[in-house]
Amino acid sequence: MTELHHLTLAELNEGLRARRFSSVELARHFLARIERLNPALNALITVTPEYALAAARRADELLASGEAGALAGLPLIHKDIFCTDGVLTTCGSRMLSNFVAPYDATIVEKLSQSGVVMLGKANMDEFAMGSSNETSFYGPVKNPWDLKKVPGGSSGGSAASVAARLAPVATATDTGGSIRQPAALTGLTGLKPTYGRVSRYGMIAFASSLDQAGTMTITAKDAAMVLRDMAGFDPRDSTSVDTPVPDYVAGLDRPLAGLKIGLLKEFFESGLEESTAKLIREALQVYERLGAKLIEVSLPNLPLSVPTYYVVAPAECSSNLSRFDGVRFGYRCENPQGLEDLYMRSRGEGFGAEVKRRIMTGTYVLSAGYYDAYYLRAQKVRRLITDDFARAFQQVDVLMGPTSPTPAFDIGAKVDDPITMYLNDIYTIGANLAGLPAMSIPCGTVGGLPVGLQIIGPHFAEAKLLNVAHGYQNETLWHRDIPKGYA
Amino acid sequence: MSLTDNDVKNIAKLARLKLSDEQLPVYVDSLSKIFDFVAQLNAADTAAVEPMAHPLADQVQRMRPDEVLDTDQHAKYQRNAPRVEADLYLVPKVIE
Amino acid sequence: MMSWETVIGLEIHAQLATRSKIFSSAATAYGAAPNAQANLVDLGYPGVLPVLNREAVRMAVKFGLAIGAQISPRSIFARKNYFYPDLPKGYQISQYEKPVVEKGSMQILLEDGSVKVIGITRAHLEEDAGKSLHEDFQGASGIDLNRAGTPLLEIVSEPDMRSAKEAVAYLKKIHTLVRYLEICDGNMQEGSFRCDANVSVRPQGQEKFGTRCEIKNLNSFRYIEKAINYEVARQIEEIEAGRSIKQETRLFDPDKGETRSLRSKEEANDYRYFPDPDLLPVVIEKDFIEGVRGTLPELPDQKAGRYVEKFGLSAYDAGVLTASREMGDFYEAVLASLKSKNLEGNEKLAANWTMGELSAALNKDGVEITGTRIDAARLAGLLARIADKTISGKIAKEVFEAMWSDGVDADAIIEAKGLKVITDTGAIEKTIDEVMAANPKQLADYRSGKDKLFGFFVGQVMKVTGGKADPAQVNELLKKKLAG
Repeated sequence: MTELHHLTLAELNEGLRARRFSSVELARHFLARIERLNPALNALITVTPEYALAAARRADELLASGEAGALAGLPLIHKDIFCTDGVLTTCGSRMLSNFVAPYDATIVEKLSQSGVVMLGKANMDEFAMGSSNETSFYGPVKNPWDLKKVPGGSSGGSAASVAARLAPVATATDTGGSIRQPAALTGLTGLKPTYGRVSRYGMIAFASSLDQAGTMTITAKDAAMVLRDMAGFDPRDSTSVDTPVPDYVAGLDRPLAGLKIGLLKEFFESGLEESTAKLIREALQVYERLGAKLIEVSLPNLPLSVPTYYVVAPAECSSNLSRFDGVRFGYRCENPQGLEDLYMRSRGEGFGAEVKRRIMTGTYVLSAGYYDAYYLRAQKVRRLITDDFARAFQQVDVLMGPTSPTPAFDIGAKVDDPITMYLNDIYTIGANLAGLPAMSIPCGTVGGLPVGLQIIGPHFAEAKLLNVAHGYQNETLWHRDIPKGYA
Repeated sequence: MSLTDNDVKNIAKLARLKLSDEQLPVYVDSLSKIFDFVAQLNAADTAAVEPMAHPLADQVQRMRPDEVLDTDQHAKYQRNAPRVEADLYLVPKVIE
Repeated sequence: MMSWETVIGLEIHAQLATRSKIFSSAATAYGAAPNAQANLVDLGYPGVLPVLNREAVRMAVKFGLAIGAQISPRSIFARKNYFYPDLPKGYQISQYEKPVVEKGSMQILLEDGSVKVIGITRAHLEEDAGKSLHEDFQGASGIDLNRAGTPLLEIVSEPDMRSAKEAVAYLKKIHTLVRYLEICDGNMQEGSFRCDANVSVRPQGQEKFGTRCEIKNLNSFRYIEKAINYEVARQIEEIEAGRSIKQETRLFDPDKGETRSLRSKEEANDYRYFPDPDLLPVVIEKDFIEGVRGTLPELPDQKAGRYVEKFGLSAYDAGVLTASREMGDFYEAVLASLKSKNLEGNEKLAANWTMGELSAALNKDGVEITGTRIDAARLAGLLARIADKTISGKIAKEVFEAMWSDGVDADAIIEAKGLKVITDTGAIEKTIDEVMAANPKQLADYRSGKDKLFGFFVGQVMKVTGGKADPAQVNELLKKKLAG
């Protein structure tokens, strides 16, 4: 028998509008699942049942009156990086473990206006710094496919929530792969839009020139539905781009015959496990059957994307996180002995190990005498990488390759070796450096663990990416797999 | 590249982060490895390359009209503050 | 004894007179209740972002045009990172590599009457910090962030000034200019216009600059002169005693009249400037610049030049009359009023009275020209009576005082007090006869050759007439009568 949580967002939407169930029933169903399943997964930091039921009741009224927004009554979990007015917003950090945001992030506001019902706030790597969700002050998130494995990060809570069907959709953010990599490791559809497509206002900044909000969904169609209401110009974000938001849903079914797919030569070379590579090749064959053409392309500077990222992102983060000083909000140490002690201990105790490591990395690369050698050079290499992508998109419509070099790894396996951990993002970072939209969609499993196919497009090609992903999902069923015990 | 204890202490001081004695060697080791790792960037030929600060090259700063849109919300905003007195944020005495 | 040369460069911070902050829509008004004007952006709340105020850019461009500077077609905001409780984000958004204004200059008038050009390296936009209040809280400081995010224009000069007097002259010129341009209210008490001075000394004739110290907290013209003079003397004393100058930041203590060390260069922050990723390059198009140029008023130097050329005023007088926009406006209103009475050609008279009696009266009452008790039309009314010889200059001063205290028109006072000049020949002759009769000895002495006594007789006649007799007529008639 099909249960509510087996349905995709689009299917739930149809059911709501056909009055087969109410928004309140939907909220209760998912809240019950959260109560039952979250303790083992640790996917949510905060659950907001009262908030959810009130929103659901409102949505039911609007649905009845015919004035409901496009996403009215649909349950959703927000990554705890987004400020939610009157609700605890921790960013996975002890630093904000007592922080009640006094305002809504733009995307929270927009999605509320569209009628979504927030069920709670998802666990995440502390300040979105991590690739395994092990750096959260609230403890690691478990992968529903195997509780011993990581769900990926930093949007690991969002990923585990949707994978375990605690909600049909979660918001997420991606600075170096934080949507796509956990989506790949939990068998979901993850979309990181073009930099500037979705407002960053109210999303707690990690690396401002790389951060972008997106979606964690079951299908590409669900992602299209949510993005349509999340994206758009925001006068409060100077880096938000003022171009119209297309109807992403309307273009999903365009045929893929003639699609030129670029295969990223560099992605198939280093560190990719053969079992993962095989699944990627099979996915590419599906596209060939749909009439797409495969063209190998080379981005010679792409191998430098990880070192570039680990200069640029920490530099920005070191500055962005200076505001956490124990004065106006957030954690403050006990009995500070003078101003310096207040700063040193509030920050020393309030931030976890990885956040401190990145702040120090960033502080160093910006400091006198090192700026040119590290930061400026990284900014130049960033341009080289971006130019490589631009050249590739003169030849092809989209680029494809793996999302992650391996499926989910064991909790604790990489925590002591930052470089190995950083290399998890080797395939995803390029799109962030160049500001490109990118997705990960499930394309099979290795040893019972999902593998993701990454699709990268030129700036503002979200509609194309969703169309390409949807085409594949019409041919395959990987995206409908639910981990054992969560069906 | 090998950082010394002192290097890391100085960075931590600049970043206002108190590190415990046990944490220090861990950071000396991991930060040294990170700076070795990012040294790969030296391999790129960047001689004629303009640094890139933003992913969208042709975007320019938008300017807003000079309008006051805010009302006094200090009570709400100060609910998150660890110490407030007379509507001021309190910190240990600043010596100038 | 070695002779020393002083080298001074100034960094001026002018708060721009926008309604809202440079990166947020909170108000900038002075004197609000603590933290009432600090919004989420000003407080550096997690997740918030800056959006640039167009008016702040417009004002910076206006200043740049007024000092003949280059306006950068593309300028960049950068973050200056340091921790301080009045700096909510832990960084100040400022400009580093590409400021909005570059390479301008300003002329100052030296005491010897010559003109000197002071180079202005750059002027950049940045946000102000909040305030730390050190009183009232046992062992704690209170932080008020109302000022945080107020737009500042930082105006950086070349090290072109060679004395405290030159520095003050330059500072006053900038102060005048920003108020002319209506981009800053210039209020130094409220901190709207502040200045740091970089001071060094070097042996006369040496090309290389000496080690400089930066003096902070200079919030009045008087302090600046005192602080620089103190600092120069201190540096010379140090060097002559065989010690070297440490590059450091020093604070001026107005109570003691001294500067003291705040922090050395070694302790100074490593600011880790980098382009602010939350803000994009500011592109200033030609049309924007030309639009701003169209709003430029006549500038103080242009106005002063016109006064010298057209009205024949001295450069010094022209400088005084153009030192504030209001002063120049007043002066020109007096001229316009005289012109309406067909009394043109009295520009010098009007200048002398505006700078003399009027300024003295304003000073005495401690008010600005905008608070004058004698407006331009009424001052012109008085000057008209001098110009048409109804009263003498000396009598006019008496009338002026009465006008100032009673708020009455000149003519009413002249009429009421009978201060009109006596031009009736018969009346003057009668007085002369009386004076001659009353002073027979002096008359005899005069007639026997003591010519100097002529002045005595003039004085006596004027005394009897209460100063109202027309001096020229008195002279002429006396000469005749005394000759016998």
